[in-house]
Amino acid sequence: MVENNVNVYKRKPPWVVILKRFLANKMGVVGTVLIVCLVIVALFAPLLEPYSYKEQNIEISNEPPSLSHIMGTDDFGRDLLSRTIRGARISFVVGVLSVLISVVIGVVIGSIAGFYGGMIDLVLTTIADLTWSMPAILIALLLVAIIGAGLESVVIAIGLSYWAQYARLVRGQILSLKSAVFIEATKSLGASDFVILFKHLLPNSLSPVIVAATIGIGNAIVLEATLGFLGMGAQPPTPSWGAMMSNGTAYLFISPWMIIFPGLAMMITVLGFNLFGDALIDIMDVKNKESI
Amino acid sequence: MGKLIEVKDLAVSFDVKGGLLLRTIGTVTAVNNVSFSINTGEILGVVGESGCGKSTLARLILRLIEPNRGSVEFNGTDILKMSKKQLRLQRRHMQMVFQDPYSAMDPRYTIFRSLSEPYQIQGVKLDGEDRHQKIVDLLELVGLSSEHGYAYPHELSGGQKQRADIARALSLNPEFIILDEPTAALDVSVQAQIIKLLEGLRERLKLTFLFISHDLSLVSYFCDRVIVMYLGSIVEIVDADLIGETACHPYTRALIASIFETVPEQKNTQASLEGEVPSPFNLPPGCVFSSRCKFVQPLCHEQTPVLEETPDGGQVACHFPLHEIS
Amino acid sequence: MPILEVNDLHVEFIVDKKKIRPLERVSLEMNSGEVLGMVGETGSGKSLTAHAIMGLTSLVGGEIGGSVTFEGKDLLVLSEKEMQSIRGSQIAFIPQNPMTSLDPVYRVGDQIVEGLCKQVKIGKQQAKQQVIDLMGKLRIPKAKQVFQQYPHQLSGGLKQRIVIAMGLCAHPKILIADEPTTALDVTVQAQIMLLFKEMTMARNISLFLITHDLGVIAQVCDKVAVMYAGNMVEFGRIGEVFSSPRHPYTKALLQCIPRIGMEKGSLAAISGNVPSVDTYPSGCRYHPRCSRADSLCKKTIPTLLKIEGDSRVACHHYLDNKD
Repeated sequence: MVENNVNVYKRKPPWVVILKRFLANKMGVVGTVLIVCLVIVALFAPLLEPYSYKEQNIEISNEPPSLSHIMGTDDFGRDLLSRTIRGARISFVVGVLSVLISVVIGVVIGSIAGFYGGMIDLVLTTIADLTWSMPAILIALLLVAIIGAGLESVVIAIGLSYWAQYARLVRGQILSLKSAVFIEATKSLGASDFVILFKHLLPNSLSPVIVAATIGIGNAIVLEATLGFLGMGAQPPTPSWGAMMSNGTAYLFISPWMIIFPGLAMMITVLGFNLFGDALIDIMDVKNKESI
Repeated sequence: MGKLIEVKDLAVSFDVKGGLLLRTIGTVTAVNNVSFSINTGEILGVVGESGCGKSTLARLILRLIEPNRGSVEFNGTDILKMSKKQLRLQRRHMQMVFQDPYSAMDPRYTIFRSLSEPYQIQGVKLDGEDRHQKIVDLLELVGLSSEHGYAYPHELSGGQKQRADIARALSLNPEFIILDEPTAALDVSVQAQIIKLLEGLRERLKLTFLFISHDLSLVSYFCDRVIVMYLGSIVEIVDADLIGETACHPYTRALIASIFETVPEQKNTQASLEGEVPSPFNLPPGCVFSSRCKFVQPLCHEQTPVLEETPDGGQVACHFPLHEIS
Repeated sequence: MPILEVNDLHVEFIVDKKKIRPLERVSLEMNSGEVLGMVGETGSGKSLTAHAIMGLTSLVGGEIGGSVTFEGKDLLVLSEKEMQSIRGSQIAFIPQNPMTSLDPVYRVGDQIVEGLCKQVKIGKQQAKQQVIDLMGKLRIPKAKQVFQQYPHQLSGGLKQRIVIAMGLCAHPKILIADEPTTALDVTVQAQIMLLFKEMTMARNISLFLITHDLGVIAQVCDKVAVMYAGNMVEFGRIGEVFSSPRHPYTKALLQCIPRIGMEKGSLAAISGNVPSVDTYPSGCRYHPRCSRADSLCKKTIPTLLKIEGDSRVACHHYLDNKD
């Protein structure tokens, strides 16, 4: 009884298809390269730094870029290149950790809200909306008041400010998928809520979250820089880019390189994440359409 | 040939909440006091237009939705009274093939993986090789090959996807399968293939079907008996072969008249109904069809008719069924 | 002289360096006042034909060939501006899916009036009156009130009638309707389809009806064009095509359709699947599924032959009435 099938389908594993499409997206490749550079710099910071990032040498303070100090020195005579490199590690860690916190909180709350609906959904969504409308800076100030300033506060503050968007994304996906036929089919086979949520609903909801998280890392880095600029982030001598720029404002007309280089480094990093995220969006879009 | 399934007074309605305080402002009656039985080995058809409740009825019978009242007996046991554990085991006996083949499978799973799921969920212990062979057998049973097993849903055609959905429904060896508009999204030639497949499977595996469709011609061809539903109620139950001659509810006759026959010499399609199906929100008392019926009398607005036997062996819920008028 | 004459219409694209022809060998005639049906399954090219005639195909990297003659003019060589003056007023088009044809932010009455005023020199007040009259004729209850409503307030059947009103209001010579009643309940379908035919006859509009439903074609049309995988395989008067189809696909298709009173088990299926655009077989596109196919069918695409009268068939071994 086997049907004679004229339709021959092309079967390439999905990751190969995605990889191919990604490589075709030039901006995405640029973004990836930038991110990879950041990761390498962050990982191998101690090896790459020509000088110690905290070694002070008042005699050569505020020196413009030269052969021995490619990015110049700051007001304490510390090598800016080394500090900028060390700053990459901090930005990377802050970015990734805070987004991780946001994603975990957001996915959990979003899934519960979307799956159970009703009053639970109403309550959780209201909490999410409230969190979303509070500026991260205010949350950070609160936390600093409680825990004290420093990188830990910054990471937690950013993590707690931004989870709402992931919750919304997951909730939205789950709401629309809940009534999909294959979910009903799985229910009719006798599957428990747990199986449906974890084996079907969540895996199908994660792609927008991944894309948002990628761009979120860029946002987190900028936010860390803002908080650092306001003196709430990393404490001296930890060279976060934001703190470096904050420090450098006093010397804007004397040694502007104190602001320029960390600023450039941050711009390039965030650009990298944004390009990568944009490329992901394009690819996810195409993936959902059937190929000709 | 005994009764495999007996449905008694099944009903479900949904409260509609509105306003600031979310108070109940009305009810949507999805299924209203439905009673009928399905004989073992029978193909029972359910036909009706939008809002008639046929899809809701299917989900009630499988207990994917909880009714407000009524009972669904499977081989004498009321499944609505079963515990969660008993119900899960019960699901092995009753399965469903769904309407939209395009989203009936998790898009991230290969067909193989989707077909292994029933075994995993039901805790059927099968080692890798046995399971693989079982699934290959299933695929062949529905006219697919193991190659199709390695594909993802979006790589298959509509007909192939529907076959895979049927394979999944068969995997636990059920006795009873509900088919909810299984061919509505398919081309007519693919529909014919699937119907032939279902004819063969029913013979071979001794299955009982509940076949839901809006297409009266298809239902009367494929099924043994036909239930006609309108706005949540059964208006008529009639023998499929004799539907043209013996149908006596005005709505059933209107459905028959609306068919576009592929016989150009008989230009007999008539639009014998005015207007559209009213909303099931806050249904007025009396017969559900009274607002559009050409033969309506004052009694129809006051008293809801009940299903009664007709001389031809069917059942009709009408105060003035057509065989008594002429 | 026929009001519309299509000769060897074809559409070609180049995708991934391969030439694909999702539509070819379409030749038909439509006389004034006739109802012409075009029937086919998914991928048959029927919608594409309508879009090609209307000049609405988005031709990035493709070309349309052949000729579409309307009242002596070849539409395919006209400029976009010239086509715009023909669309709506001379040849109107009702696309699939009424739900998306209506703009959700404007009242439905205004949408019809806007279309009418663009196509015909007429004042707004007069247009409004004409539209309300037309809505009444289409049996839209309380037409004046419905005129003021927004699309989301109307049921599917009402929306469909509004879209039909948009097509009819400028009294076009030809109305092309693409699946005008899918997604509607069967009883509503019957109402609208019959009404549609009545209206077009009354206004002497030639109707080009595209559908997958052979039943509708049999009851409503005078002639039919059968499409398969981008080719026209048969064309002729309804009575002939339905009682003695010449192309094996037409015959097989008719046997696929269930009817009330049909003997159980007698439904016949066509084996195989409709080929997709990038996997058309060589020669006749139907040959892998045809019981009459031979090596000739595999090698050469059959041309559309004129048989007696209006009938045409594209088959090397077409069925004769004497078979």
